[in-house]
Order: sequence, then structure tokens, then C-alpha cells
Amino acid sequence: MSNIDQSRRQVLKQLGGTAAAVTLMSFGFRDGLAAEKMTVGAVYVGSRDDYGYNQSHAEAIAAIKKLPFVRVVEEERVPETIAVEKTMQAMIEQDDAKLIFATSFGYFDPYVIKLGKQYPKIRFAHCGGLWTPKDPMNTGSFFGYIDECEYLSGVVAAHVSKTKKLGFIAAKPIPQVLRNINSFTLGAQSVDPSFTTNVIFTGDWSMPVKEAESANSLIDQGCDVITCHVDSPKVIIETAEKRGVYCTGYHVNQSSLAPRGYLTGAEWVWAMPYKILVDAAHEGKPMINFLRGGLKEGFVKMSPYGKAVPEQAKQTADAIKAKMLEGGFTIFKGPLKDNTGKTVIATGVSQDQRDVVLEQMNYLVAGVIGQI
Amino acid sequence: MTEVTESLGWWGLPIAILAGAIRASTPFLLVSLGECITEKSGRINLGLEGVLMMGAMAGYGASLYTGSAWLGVLAAGVVGAALGLLHGILCSLKRVNDIAIGISFMLLGTGLAFFLGKSLIQPQAPTLSSIPFGFWSDSPQIQSALQINPLFLLGIVLAVLLHFAFLRTRWGLRIRIVGDSEDAARAMGFRVVPTRIMATVFGGFLAGVGGSFLSLYYPGSWSEGLSSGQGIMAVALVIFARWEPLRCLWASLLFGAAGALGPAFQAMGLTSGFYLLNALPYVLTLVILILTTAPNRKISGAPGELSLVRQ
Amino acid sequence: MYAGIKRFLLPIAEPVLVPTGAVLVAMLLFAGFIALVGQSPPEVFWILYQGGFGSSFSLQNTLVLASPLILTGLAVAIPAQAGMVIIGGEGALAVGALLAAVAGYALHDTAPFIVQLGMLTVGALTGALWFGLSGWLRNYRGVNETISSLLLSYMGIALLNYCIQGPLRDPASTNNPSTRPIGDANMIGNIPGLDVHYGLIIGIVCALIAWFVLKFTTIGLALRAVGGNPRAAQMAGLRVNIWVVGAAAMGGAAAGLSGAIEVAAVHGDANSAIVAGYGFTGILVAFIARQNPLAVIPVAILFGGIDAAGSLLQRRLDMPDATVIVFQGILFVVILASDTFLGRFRFFKPGAASEPKPGTAGAKS
Repeated sequence: MSNIDQSRRQVLKQLGGTAAAVTLMSFGFRDGLAAEKMTVGAVYVGSRDDYGYNQSHAEAIAAIKKLPFVRVVEEERVPETIAVEKTMQAMIEQDDAKLIFATSFGYFDPYVIKLGKQYPKIRFAHCGGLWTPKDPMNTGSFFGYIDECEYLSGVVAAHVSKTKKLGFIAAKPIPQVLRNINSFTLGAQSVDPSFTTNVIFTGDWSMPVKEAESANSLIDQGCDVITCHVDSPKVIIETAEKRGVYCTGYHVNQSSLAPRGYLTGAEWVWAMPYKILVDAAHEGKPMINFLRGGLKEGFVKMSPYGKAVPEQAKQTADAIKAKMLEGGFTIFKGPLKDNTGKTVIATGVSQDQRDVVLEQMNYLVAGVIGQI
Repeated sequence: MTEVTESLGWWGLPIAILAGAIRASTPFLLVSLGECITEKSGRINLGLEGVLMMGAMAGYGASLYTGSAWLGVLAAGVVGAALGLLHGILCSLKRVNDIAIGISFMLLGTGLAFFLGKSLIQPQAPTLSSIPFGFWSDSPQIQSALQINPLFLLGIVLAVLLHFAFLRTRWGLRIRIVGDSEDAARAMGFRVVPTRIMATVFGGFLAGVGGSFLSLYYPGSWSEGLSSGQGIMAVALVIFARWEPLRCLWASLLFGAAGALGPAFQAMGLTSGFYLLNALPYVLTLVILILTTAPNRKISGAPGELSLVRQ
Repeated sequence: MYAGIKRFLLPIAEPVLVPTGAVLVAMLLFAGFIALVGQSPPEVFWILYQGGFGSSFSLQNTLVLASPLILTGLAVAIPAQAGMVIIGGEGALAVGALLAAVAGYALHDTAPFIVQLGMLTVGALTGALWFGLSGWLRNYRGVNETISSLLLSYMGIALLNYCIQGPLRDPASTNNPSTRPIGDANMIGNIPGLDVHYGLIIGIVCALIAWFVLKFTTIGLALRAVGGNPRAAQMAGLRVNIWVVGAAAMGGAAAGLSGAIEVAAVHGDANSAIVAGYGFTGILVAFIARQNPLAVIPVAILFGGIDAAGSLLQRRLDMPDATVIVFQGILFVVILASDTFLGRFRFFKPGAASEPKPGTAGAKS
């Protein structure tokens, strides 16, 4: 009975998916079956199951999919070329999408801006801090203050490191990445100012062999805690574990990859901003153009502490985390010098998380070894 | 776990080069040796990039499900050989272009590997262990650099064996003659098509094993970005090595070592211009190529029947 | 009368019918694959058709995705006439885009037409130099052009990335490093009535010119002579060196032009997303088109269509992106293998047996 019912529904679904698409495309009809549901589109730059950045978004979309009033269409491995413009346009024209999540930095300018103007009734939510008031009001950007987690990771790392040298493998020297490197370093230096961080830029978001080579090079140079900002940290975490050093994770929880050395990690909770944006669209409230949040707002979280983390590290980190949760902790405050000796934040100035100046960061703080 | 590692400073550079040569050269070595045999027989298989990806995926999957990394290597080789067989047979048909078929194999192999490998990205499969040749040293860096994988040793042995096989054995002679001139081969009673198919199967096998080295040892994980063109580069290295197995070995070592330069410089604090540093292996290869060739001369050692290098 | 039609139609029918048969076989194989992974083949094919060619929206989508591939296909097909296998289109595209973006910014205060013309010229010249180097190295140093173009390709990409991150970076481009923008007013627009930019027309015109020159002028004859047998060509009085370098440079110009168009019609500046694999796909396009500049056009459109269709397939059936790569792989293996049937059917031969044309790169096995 239920089998028949299921297959009938399957057929209906297929009809709704294909036959309705034809009418939709040729006559501009609304998709009859999906009329009461709001279609949400999601575009990823890499594979949905990359154990990293794209997966963190796909998991949030999977949570959104469970909402009764939402229908989801997804597309992965869409490059930051005209292909993404066409994909988003197709989601609107062919699937009747009302809200589109564009999850890669390079999707915003010019593609989201262009389509935002072309389709003023459709909402475009872009991940990354790129929206400014001169951009269309039906577009917006959301992001998480994950540097809070990086700071805490640095605090924990400083408690277990013996060499006082940390290693950071990064894809590209862009503000988001530099902010993480700096926060991680400042966190460690809050425990002991003599901490330094060696940085390696691999040049692209996913380069497993180069990432492994970088991890080995850093460990050879004496770094005994490794962390990263690349799309899929799996190889780096595994290499650190193999070489017997500590690591902290990024994007999603990777503790199972390094049961001995995984200290903690910075994780996204994208479901939070996604839910806010989807609800706003569903209830017809205005598009939220500037959506940010950190630990306090639940946009990011820490991985549970690993076995190797000493009690004192937990206490110190938890105390700082408590302040962050109250909104009373500032990572970037003066006096702060970069690693060329230049003062980047003057004494007495403090840039709190929401300060957009931080989203244009173009320096490495003192103690970071490397140039940009 | 908590051993304090002394900083190496500039000593990091030679160690990184050594370690890089040992760690990163193996896929280049295995794939280029395989392609060397194929090309010696007068065929070119440009699709080894796809074969490499299939090998990496199949090897990881087999290791995951059987629990044995070496069975994974074997599975990778078998999958590679099967693709090689298909390539060999198709290219034996009249008027079928081996370069073009190879390029479509690149798509087919990559597509299948991505499609079938979706569920293999997250799990951790058993990986290959290595032989600690650095036991004599107190330095953890040297110990780590001298962690040598048996596949690397196998590659070296194979390079030497192939070198002599091509020179001394009837089997090697047969491949060389078939590759140099079909007419001569027929006159000597060698069957051209089966020889070429066998040579392509062998090439596919080694490329598959080379792929499993990536997924099962270094970096030791399956992902879609696993190959950054190692398969294509290995085919190019065969031309660079002028169809000489021993030169394939040197070329692969050189390429692996040069690839370690970028990260090593950066680990020492020299990060500006990292894109250019990362392009060093290609620059180095081209410079050597220019220095070691002579103008207006057919590339010596090129098999006469090879479509890619007819001049 | 009937015999006359037969004589005229049959030689054309064969090169059309054999690949068509091959497409059917490939679809059958792919249907098997689809069934194996638990999807419904008719549904998948219906969506592929819908997404690629089934509506005016899909068709325009297809054309947009195809337009860079025509030029990167030519980048391989033109040098192939002179017997060269050059596979470094990605690098020539990258440097072409980079310098075109620089030129576009330098000229951005002049008239849009001048900016566009300047960018296209600079892009093509840069690409021509990049590939010309491979041709030159082949002639004057005996360096194999396949490997040198591959190596130069990686270097070109590194150069682009270095420059957009370093010396040529627009300080205002924070999280997406790029060169200074050429300005919205200077962008190449869409073909009137379509959502497809003029790059498509430029590509088609280039392909037509290349086809005409190669087929109907002495240049084509000379190139084929050089590609077929350089020694004989030399004895016939041809300066082989110049022809080889020239053919390589023309291919590079096509790749560089496609880079310039990407900047001028799509991105508005040069950034790392310029390297999107068009150069690589161009190799496939050229080989599937059997190095024929005219055939490059439909093959590029086929590629664009499958890409556009893959997009719909993901959204409708939740199938991974790799599905269409598998389809392309099967399709092209079968089409290329079907070459073996060309000239085999007695039915298609009204008169003498037609032998395949000699001289195209790698046309033997």
C-alpha cells in the first residue's frame, strides 16, 4: 500500500520536476505542485562532500530542507565564472527559486550584483563580507566571526606547544584568511608573548599534495601545533597526526581524523544564518543585507576539547569564551603592530568584531613569520 | 607525541628537497615508467591522468572495504590495467587516433572516479606503511624524510630493470622494434597490435598503482582535488626523459624535489611571491629541457611510430 | 538524377551518420550506467535535453558556455595543421586575460570601442607570443612543443596569480584579489535580443576565417605540407620554421583572445577565476572536431550544452556534477572510436574509396 503510494508520489514528483518545467519555461507558469513551497537555491564552488567548507554549507542546507515550507535545489562545483550567473539565473527561471545562497567569495562581484539588479524580487544571500550599501537591497552578505574560535584555538595551542612555534597553512593571503592567522597568533600570544606562527600559502583552496608538503615543512621547522585555512583540512590534520604533532581543525569537526593530536577546532554553524534568512524570506520581511554573528549568536562553535588538552588550557579558554559569549571581548585592540614593525592599531583604539575595518585586513601581526 | 623538535633553519632546505624527492616523486615515477613502455611500443596514452584518478579512487575504496592497503594497490593496478586494455584495443582499430582517445579517457576516468568516489571522501581507509630508513639519526626531521614507501623502492628497481630489459631482452627488443617501425617488426615476425595492447595495459597498471600511492600514502586520502595534473605531467616527463627508464627516474626525483622547494622556503619565512616559487618545478624542467636539446634535430630516442613526436 | 543526388549526398551522409550512430551507442552505454546507479535513464536524457537545448533559455545558456570553447578549441586546431600538438591553452588564456585587463584599465578613460579593441588586440598578441615561444623552441632548440606548452601553461597561470595578488592588484579588491576594473561602460555587451555576449560572434568569425584560410588559400596548403612532411616542404622551398612558429602563434592568439573576452565581457577585471579549465576543454573540443576549425563550432556548442544540462541534472535529480563528465567521457570515447568505420561501408562509396586526409597531427595509430 505505502509502496504504491510512494511510487505514485515519485511519479508525481518527477512530473512536477520535468513536465512542469517545460510549461514554466515556455509560458512563464508557476510550478503548480511547488506553489505552496518556497524554492531555495544553493550554489557551491566545490564538492558538497569535501569534508570542509562546502560540506559545512551543504549540512546547513540539509537542515533547511527539513523545513516544511521549503523546497531546495542545489548545484555543486560551479566555477566563479559566467557559469555561476547562468546557474543562479536557471534556478530562478527553471526552478522558480525565491532565495539563492551563493556560498563562494567570487560569486558576488559581478554575478550576484548583476542578477540582483535584474531580478529585484529575488533574494540573493552571499557568504562572505562583500555587501556594501551601494549594492542592490535584495542582495546581502552573511558571515561568521570565526576568528573568535581561531583565537581560542590559539590559546589552547599555546598551552601544549613546547617549541612555541605554531604552523598555519593558508590558501591565499586575503583579509578573511589573514584575520584568522592573526587571531590564532594573538590567542597564543595572550598566553605567552614569545609565540610565533609560521605561515605557508598554498595558492589555492584545495591542493592536497601541496598541503601535505606544507605540513611536513612546517613540522620540520619545529612547529608543533598545525592549523589551516583551506577548503578541506583532512590531509593536513592527518599529516599532523602521522608526524605526532598537535593540530586544530577548521570548518567542521575533524577530531576523528586525529584522535591523539586534535586539540579543538573552529566550526561553522551555517544553519543559524540560513534559518534567519529563510524565515525572513518566508515571512516577507525585508532582506537582511548585513548579517554577521560569532559565538554569541551561534554562527560558529568550538570542537569539543581533545584528550591532549590540559585542564588549565580548558579553564583559560573557557574563561575567554565566556567573555566572548557576553560580547565583552575584543581581539583586535591597540597597541598592535604588524610583523614589519608598523603600528596597525593605535593605543587606545579597539576594533570590535562588527568593525568593518577588520574585513579589509591586509597585515600579519608581529610574531607571524611570512610576508604578503 | 611530545618530543621537542629542534628548528632546522636553513638546513630545512636540503632536507625538504630530499624528503620531497622521496615522498612526492613516486606517482611521477610509476606513471612515467608505465607511459615509457607504452610510448616505446609506438602508442601514446594521454589519458593517464584519468587512469591515475581511477586508481586513486579504486585503491582507496578497496583498502577501505578489505582493510588491506596492499589489496587497494592491487585493485588500483587492476582498474588501471583494465582502462589500459580498453585504450589499447580501441586504438588498434584502424584510423582511431590514440591522442584523442587518450584525452577522452582523461574525462571518462576523472568523471567515473569523482562519481563513484563520493562516499569515500570522509572515511579513513588503512594506508600504506613505510620503512623507517632514518633509524640511525636522532633528528626527527631526517627520520621523517627517510620514511620510504616500498612503492618508491619498487619504482627504482623497475626503472633499472626496464633499462636493461629494453637493451638486453627479447621482450624489450620486441617493444622497441614495434615502436620504431611496424614494417621492421613484421619482417622480424613480431605481432604489432598485441604488443602495443600489452604495453598499454602495463602502462595503465602502473598509472593505477601510481594513483593509489596518492590516495593510500602521500598525501594519503581520497579527494577530488587529489591530482594536480600529476598524470599529464608524468606523460610530459617521458618526453623529457627521452624514453629512457633511468632518465624517467631522475626526472621524477627532480620534479618531486623541486615541488618541495616552495613550501620549504615558505616554512623558513620567505612567503612573498609564493605563486612564483610554486611554479619552480615547471621553470626548472623547461630550462633543463632547453639546455639539453639541440636545434634542428629529431629528438633522439623517440620511437619512430609515435604520433606525438613526428617531425 | 537519382544517381546524381546519391553521388552528392552520400559522401556527406557518411561523416554525419557514423557519428550519429556513435552518439546513439554512447547514449545506450550511459543509460546502462544511469540504470546501474539507480536512476531512470529516460528521465535523465529528458533533463539533459531540457537543460541543454530544450528552451530558448537553455539554448542561450548553452551558447554562453560554448563561446570561450570555440576559441580555445581553435588554439589547438590551428597549430595542429602544421603537425603540432600544443596543449597549453590555459596559460595563454591566463596571460592574455591579464595583459588585456591591464590594457583595458590603461585605456579606460577613452571610448568603449577603443578599450575593447585595445584589449582584444593585446590579449591576442600576448597569447600569440606565449604559444609562439613553444613553436620557436621547437624549431630553434628542438624542444618538444607538447611538453613546453604544458610547462608554459603552468607558468602562465602562476604569473597571473602572482600579478593579481601582487604588483597588479587593485587595492580595493580585498577578498577577491583582481586587477583594476576596466569599468562597466567599457564592457562588451550582449548580442541584441539575446542574453549571450558578443564573444560568441567573435569566436564563430575566427573559426570561419581559420577554416577559409586553411581550406581555400595557399597558406593552408603550405601548413599541411609542413605538417605532413617538413623535409619535403623545405625542399619545395617553404621556410618551415616561419610556418611552424606562425601556426603556433595563431593558435596562441585565439587562446589569448578568449582570455581578453573573458575579462571584457564577463569578469570586468582579471582574477584567479579566469583559470576555469577552458583551455583544457579546448584540447578536447579540437580533437573531437578532428582539428577542423569549422567543426570546432558545433563541438563547442555540444560541450556547452552538456555543461548547461549538467546544471539542471544536479538541481532536478540531485545527481553529482560528475554525472555529465562521465557522459562526456563515454560520448567522446565512442565517437572517436567510431572513426574506424569511416570509409568502411561500401554503401557510402559512390565512386572511388575515400582515404582519410593525411597530415593532421596524430592522425595515425
